[in-house]
Amino acid sequence: MATNVYMEALSPTMEEGRVAKWHKRDGDAVKTGETLAEVETDKAVMDLVARADGVLRQVAVAEGQTVPVGSVVAVIAAPGENVSAPSATPPPGPAGKGKRETGNAAVATAPAPVTVTALSAPPTDATRVKASPLARRMAKETGVDLKLVTGSGPGGRVVKKDLERAPTTAPAATFPVSRFPFPDRPGAPYDDVPLTQIRKTIAKRLATSLGPIPHFFLTTEVDMERASEARDALNKQLGDRGKVSFNDIVIKATALALGTHRACNAWFQEDHIRYWNEVHIGMAVAVEDGLITPVIRSADLKSLGEIGREAKDLAEKARNRRLQPNEYTGATFSVSNLGMFDIDQFTAVINPPEAGIIAVGSIVQKPVVLDGQVTARRRVRLTMSCDHRVIDGATGAAFLQTLKQMLENPLAMLL
Amino acid sequence: MASQFDVIILGGGPAGYVAAIRSAQLGMSTAVIEKDKLGGVCVNIGCIPTKALLHSAYIARLLREAKEFGIEAGAVKTDYGVAMQRSRKVSDQNSKGVEFLMKKNKVTVVKGSGVLLPGRKVKVGGDSYEAKRAVIIATGSRVKGLPQIGLEINKTTVISSDEALFLEKAPASLAIIGAGAVGMEFADIFHAFGTKVTLIEALPRILPLEDPEASDALAKSYKKRGIDVIPAAKVKKGTAGKDKVTLEVEANGATQKLEVATVLMAAGRAVNTENIGLAECGVQVTERGFIKVDAGLQTTAPGYYAIGDVAGPPMLAHKGMREGVTVTELLAGKKPHAIRYDNVPSVTYCHPEVASIGLTEDQCKERKLDYVAGRFPFSANGRARGTGETEGFVKILRDKTYGEILGAHIVGGHASEIIHELAVARENEYTVEEVELAIHAHPTMSEAVAQAALDSLGRVVDM
Repeated sequence: MATNVYMEALSPTMEEGRVAKWHKRDGDAVKTGETLAEVETDKAVMDLVARADGVLRQVAVAEGQTVPVGSVVAVIAAPGENVSAPSATPPPGPAGKGKRETGNAAVATAPAPVTVTALSAPPTDATRVKASPLARRMAKETGVDLKLVTGSGPGGRVVKKDLERAPTTAPAATFPVSRFPFPDRPGAPYDDVPLTQIRKTIAKRLATSLGPIPHFFLTTEVDMERASEARDALNKQLGDRGKVSFNDIVIKATALALGTHRACNAWFQEDHIRYWNEVHIGMAVAVEDGLITPVIRSADLKSLGEIGREAKDLAEKARNRRLQPNEYTGATFSVSNLGMFDIDQFTAVINPPEAGIIAVGSIVQKPVVLDGQVTARRRVRLTMSCDHRVIDGATGAAFLQTLKQMLENPLAMLL
Repeated sequence: MASQFDVIILGGGPAGYVAAIRSAQLGMSTAVIEKDKLGGVCVNIGCIPTKALLHSAYIARLLREAKEFGIEAGAVKTDYGVAMQRSRKVSDQNSKGVEFLMKKNKVTVVKGSGVLLPGRKVKVGGDSYEAKRAVIIATGSRVKGLPQIGLEINKTTVISSDEALFLEKAPASLAIIGAGAVGMEFADIFHAFGTKVTLIEALPRILPLEDPEASDALAKSYKKRGIDVIPAAKVKKGTAGKDKVTLEVEANGATQKLEVATVLMAAGRAVNTENIGLAECGVQVTERGFIKVDAGLQTTAPGYYAIGDVAGPPMLAHKGMREGVTVTELLAGKKPHAIRYDNVPSVTYCHPEVASIGLTEDQCKERKLDYVAGRFPFSANGRARGTGETEGFVKILRDKTYGEILGAHIVGGHASEIIHELAVARENEYTVEEVELAIHAHPTMSEAVAQAALDSLGRVVDM
């Protein structure tokens, strides 16, 4: 079986390497331990050695080219083996060892169906954990796995300070998705849950991979026929007492769905995640030279009529720049709507420290197959941006599914 | 001369000249502006000349005790003027050394008083220089004295270290006000040169910032030698005459009258922040008068940095030197090791020497830390017995749970040299166990460090 040749972290601080010179060419036979190439790191020129016996193939990086640590630069194939593209398995953990050690394994076994491993965690040198003697002793006595602690000392060394930040409880606190909304508000408005080691590792890896907030996006198309009917009926009922917009319905449904998916109703707080027991929906409003996100507080507890009136009032205040700070801070989740601009679908940027935002496109009539018949239905595309440090793929998807069900069956909101 | 540089440093003292060298090493064009001699207070009227004088004092004392070691030196005669001249030579050599280093590293030295201008510019006389990256303020500090006790420094009978370093003759009697490092060192020097020394300290013990055990050891040693030590003293009145000064000192509930030839004011330093254009450039100072800097040593004015004494305590040359390295590395886009201000060694070069790092025992108590003290006296150290330097001890304060070295205090010969083992240990977070595990050569004074570490673990060997 072919073995990938990775750009390895040849120094503790190395983030990328430049292939200065290939010692072996495509088709050359190589033996474990033989130098394949000279690599220029941030500090020196080091040898990249073979981790398997075979034939060098698929040399993907030219001399002089710089690639990030963890990139596949070639493949070592068995003689005569037919290799296609380099396989996408993650790079081996320790430089110098073939098997993956706990450092990376922890990431790979994250209870997330999303492919954390695809983010090419740089192969950390798990054979040598750099830590001060004091940190080692503290870790030993408190049961902290030093491999999972981010070192802030010289050359990434784990020092006392890093351990003082690390939670000492070993078992990972799992967050079961609550089946019910919070009928009675519990005493505390939120619970602070310390980041578990795995959560921390995911946070660190993802954050360094995709900018300060590692977004990922989930899109679903929602049938809005029944919501439209409900809206028409409600507005007839309300008469002069205001109007309910699609956006109001989305806000209400989002708030209710968050009630059953509190894992998405959370703030990322660097060393802990704040899971809110209250639902405050931020509503992106375009203003003259930007946008602002006024907040509908406890949106899950408000009626559609209330939400409609409040949303209208807040939007107007926003446009007149009359919002008070308490009216645009403290949201636990946000909704952004560009439907009025005929945008089918878009991705919204998360409003930190919130962990998610729903982007609402325009409602358009589309041919849909329903009971074997092609019929025209009003449809909307919702795209959820998730902060991967808080929300994993399945968590976000489950929430989105609930939201979709609520919108497709607005009566469910009354339950 | 060029008028544009990457980095302009105002002040050529230890912080400034080190910053200049590192800046040049990092490939930045660099200028230093110095109104006096390169090397600043440290090289010219501080650390360096006092160490030269202290060595003269040490030799005098050795010779007086030489008989016991089998050496007849006869009647020992001392001449402060000669010692002073030698100390001046040492200072000049060091200042020239800095000049050479500036040349070697192609640092432009501008002689004159610099005034900051907005836009990262510095005016020196009629010339103006512009910094492309940064202006670094390293103007240092000066002797201030304590005008509140009614004694102005008149430079004849009431002097500061600035004058003491240039005396041709040791005074017959000397009252030193302030028993911090400066007061302690001059007490040692002048006592060795035959002066009758009285050391007056307002706080309850001499060397008030050191561990109480260090203060006690020094008080004992000084008294034994014949230096009068008056702690917890208040100078109620001071009258400076033409060739004498009368002091009324209140201590222990009684007031005593002291008549001395000279008073040395050895307390109080002021930072040099006046008339250098700080306010005009938006550089703010703290309530205590230091320049306000952030973690990257930048002042409140972008592009203006401050290092050394002006940037805040501890006002020590080695702290300023490190800041000089750090600030220039930051400017060059490097990621320097963060300065650990809690790991700056503090040394007083009197005899016996006092050196410390980290917390004192009092501070451990104040912070309610769970600590263990390990001690080892030099009287039980073979090398110290051999050289007759049995005064003092090594004391290590360690965290009870993890063995972290919270603080270390050394009183004794060469304490200033021995302390660095503990500075390295602390910087790298070695525990007492790693210190003890390193094999210490026998017989050395440094063995006392390993023994104190062992003592803190309850298994001292040599005692």
